[in-house]
Amino acid sequence: MTQHLESRFAALSQSEAREAALTIAGPDPAGPQPLSVPSPVFEMSDVSVFYGDYQAVRNVDLPVARREITALIGPSGCGKSTILRCFNRMNDLVPGARVTGKITFHDEDLYADYVDPIEVRRRIGMVFQKPNPFPKSIYDNVAYGPRVNGVKKGLDEIVEQALRGAALWDETKDKLTDSALALSGGQQQRLCIARTIAVQPEVILMDEPCSALDPIATSKIEDLMHDLAEDFTIIIVTHNMQQAARVSERTAFFTADVDEAGVRHGRLVEFDRTATIFSGPSDRRTEDYITGRFG
Amino acid sequence: MAPTRPGAAVTFAGRSLRKSRPRYGERLIEVMLFAAALVSVVTTIGIVIAVAIPTEEFFRQISFTEFFTGTRWTPLFADPSYGVLPLVSATILITVIAMAVAIPLGVGAAIYLSEYAADRTRRVLKPALEVLAGVPTVVYGFFALKGITPFLRDIWPVGDGPAIFNALVAGFVMGIMIIPTVASLSEDAMSAVPRSLRDGAYALGSSKMLVATRVVVPAAVSGIVAAIVLGVSRAIGETMIVTVAAGGQANLSWNPLEGMLTMTAFIAQAGSGDVPTGSIDYKTIFAVASLLFVMTFALNLFSIRLVRKYREVYE
Amino acid sequence: MTTTIYRSSAPDTGVTTLRGSRRPRRELVFRLALQSALGIAVSFLGVLLAYVVWTGLPRLDADLLRNMPSTLRPETAGAQSAITGTLWVISLTALITVPIGVMSAIYLEEYADPTKWWNRVIDINIQNLAAVPSIVYGILGLGVIARGLGLGLTVLSAAITLSLLVLPVVIIAGREAIRAVPSSIRFGSLALGATQWQTIWKQVLPAAVPGTATGSILALSRAIGEAAPLLLLGALAYISFNPDGVLSQFTVLPVQIYDFIKQSREEFVPLASAAIVVLLVILLAMNSVAIYLRNKFQRRW
Repeated sequence: MTQHLESRFAALSQSEAREAALTIAGPDPAGPQPLSVPSPVFEMSDVSVFYGDYQAVRNVDLPVARREITALIGPSGCGKSTILRCFNRMNDLVPGARVTGKITFHDEDLYADYVDPIEVRRRIGMVFQKPNPFPKSIYDNVAYGPRVNGVKKGLDEIVEQALRGAALWDETKDKLTDSALALSGGQQQRLCIARTIAVQPEVILMDEPCSALDPIATSKIEDLMHDLAEDFTIIIVTHNMQQAARVSERTAFFTADVDEAGVRHGRLVEFDRTATIFSGPSDRRTEDYITGRFG
Repeated sequence: MAPTRPGAAVTFAGRSLRKSRPRYGERLIEVMLFAAALVSVVTTIGIVIAVAIPTEEFFRQISFTEFFTGTRWTPLFADPSYGVLPLVSATILITVIAMAVAIPLGVGAAIYLSEYAADRTRRVLKPALEVLAGVPTVVYGFFALKGITPFLRDIWPVGDGPAIFNALVAGFVMGIMIIPTVASLSEDAMSAVPRSLRDGAYALGSSKMLVATRVVVPAAVSGIVAAIVLGVSRAIGETMIVTVAAGGQANLSWNPLEGMLTMTAFIAQAGSGDVPTGSIDYKTIFAVASLLFVMTFALNLFSIRLVRKYREVYE
Repeated sequence: MTTTIYRSSAPDTGVTTLRGSRRPRRELVFRLALQSALGIAVSFLGVLLAYVVWTGLPRLDADLLRNMPSTLRPETAGAQSAITGTLWVISLTALITVPIGVMSAIYLEEYADPTKWWNRVIDINIQNLAAVPSIVYGILGLGVIARGLGLGLTVLSAAITLSLLVLPVVIIAGREAIRAVPSSIRFGSLALGATQWQTIWKQVLPAAVPGTATGSILALSRAIGEAAPLLLLGALAYISFNPDGVLSQFTVLPVQIYDFIKQSREEFVPLASAAIVVLLVILLAMNSVAIYLRNKFQRRW
């Protein structure tokens, strides 16, 4: 096991060196960079995403720890959502999208030929930026996932458990047959979360889940995230630094380089424990972003 | 808070991402759906074959020159003549009369609906126009023959007036029928013209009339032309109005007061009788149908390309 | 002392109010011309309907529905065989064209890759077919379906021919309804591990039903009024019986009306008008259903 980790460490050290070479006058990282994590669920190595010929994100190395909340932060347009969509193969649905590099899920290559994207999405769920409940009843929304996965009996319990898990049961238990579209924005987003956990995934990906919501709804969802992290691994993309600081254990900071032609390419700059990123980041650019000098 | 998946922590880690069961059903469904989409392609092929084979046989018996340049159309006589010009001239004359009605009224209605009408008026008038398009054409023919022509013959001031079957009334009524086609496509084109163009002109002090005629119509011209071309195509292909009201005798004449036989009316007439397969009469129907199909097909393609062009500019 | 910075070349008319010039008269005339364009069209419709109802009034009686057509006794002749024939043909047409049309629409919107050339060919082909004259479909029916496939001058041939005639309309309506469903719904479904077909069947199609139904009903109402293609398929024969099967001979209301018009005796005119009224009533009913469906179930995304 240690050999495994060591060889991985060696590979990572090379990309680390690349990072260091590009860093502008940052303090020398003291000690090994924590680019490895305890019990990783995902390992992303040298991953780039292309749309046609355009390289949207390049050379990302990112491990994701089990039952932790990992935040992806950075200014707009630096590939955070693109990277997020790699984890559940939603980029497959974008015409012309191509993923290079290696992403493993429990040591299994996510993009191997034999892998079924449908199966991937059953194990790795996603909550979108704008709540997208189906135009059906609340019950049918939550039961949809289990139903398409072949579950025919015991739906009532599953729906209740899921709604409880999303802190929505008390507000909806008397109106399960009402249309989901009648709920408020924050409730709809929690419904989407309930829908996602009803299929009992292992991972929940969240793409700026609170950006369309008001502050009260946002804080309800942030509280929810802490509870969810007891059972699920969560990766969240967020524009809101304070949110990342509040909820996550580890944070990855992305930025965009502009090349000679003026084209933007996203890049991972720094990945560390959240506390470290926000108190003493290794890279100057991270520090600039955190302190608000740009982005 | 109760864990949402009791006991599941252990079971997931070991499972592979391989398909849990092969999904043949999905592939089969895709094939079936593709087959359905192919029906439309098969239809076109069917039309072409249905029309081309008897036509080819027809032209083995009758020369191109006789067909395309002959001026007598008497296929049922003992000594038959197969000159198609009378049919074509009748079609063209009636089409011209129809478009003389449909273009000003159609484009005018479109301009009104697009630039002048209030929202409430538009919501009532647009469907009213659509109703015009929904009336079966045999009803138009009936009205032309039994309603309008007798009335015209009564009030006609000089000379004999229109014959019982005549091209004028048939053409006029056909024009009215085509108004919705011209109007709706023209109005689409005009609505696609961005507000900013109009606003710019208004801001310079232009009146509604100037904006409509100098800004909107020129900007929408390819869409309007497409609408007109489509209208022409409909006029050429229209059958019942002419069959009922324009006449059943081939007549190479440009006098709209006379009756005449159009291409479509001939096909309807000859095809509704009892014609043995393989006879020259049978093949004649298809020869005329080929000509009709080619003419409308060319017009339709032209119109579709025009529509694509104006849609591209603004979308 | 005033300094003129900008000297306008416009003549100093001495006019200082905002009142307009005398152009309004031309404006008014133009506007009236446009309104009369619309007015002529709409009043024509009114006169047409009035004429038909007025002349048909004497024959809007029970005999119209009860009796079969007859060339000998127009005073009591009816149109029953035509009405039942229409119902047979349209029902069968609906059964054929709606499934094929919806399936085509699903394929073109959800599965087809728009960059592949064959999909673009299918697309253009459908647009073309929508504009082909209906009598050409009659030719197709006569040459290929009735005679080529040997299905004869029957209800079945008529239904297949009419299905092909309105198929492009159904496909276009279906595509628009499917396209209106936002992709966020599709993504939400797929992210839960649903397959493409599950997503279509359980989310997209149910949401697209109202638009598709409306479009199909409007397409079928067009088919009801068609006479030209059916003239070539034997509907002009003297049919005094109701169809008894899909392989039965038949006639339909528009063709029966044509037949009444062709008769020389004056007594056939009110009969034709009355039959037209029946046809228009059927059309009005269908269109009202379509509009009702559209207004009641239309979803605003």
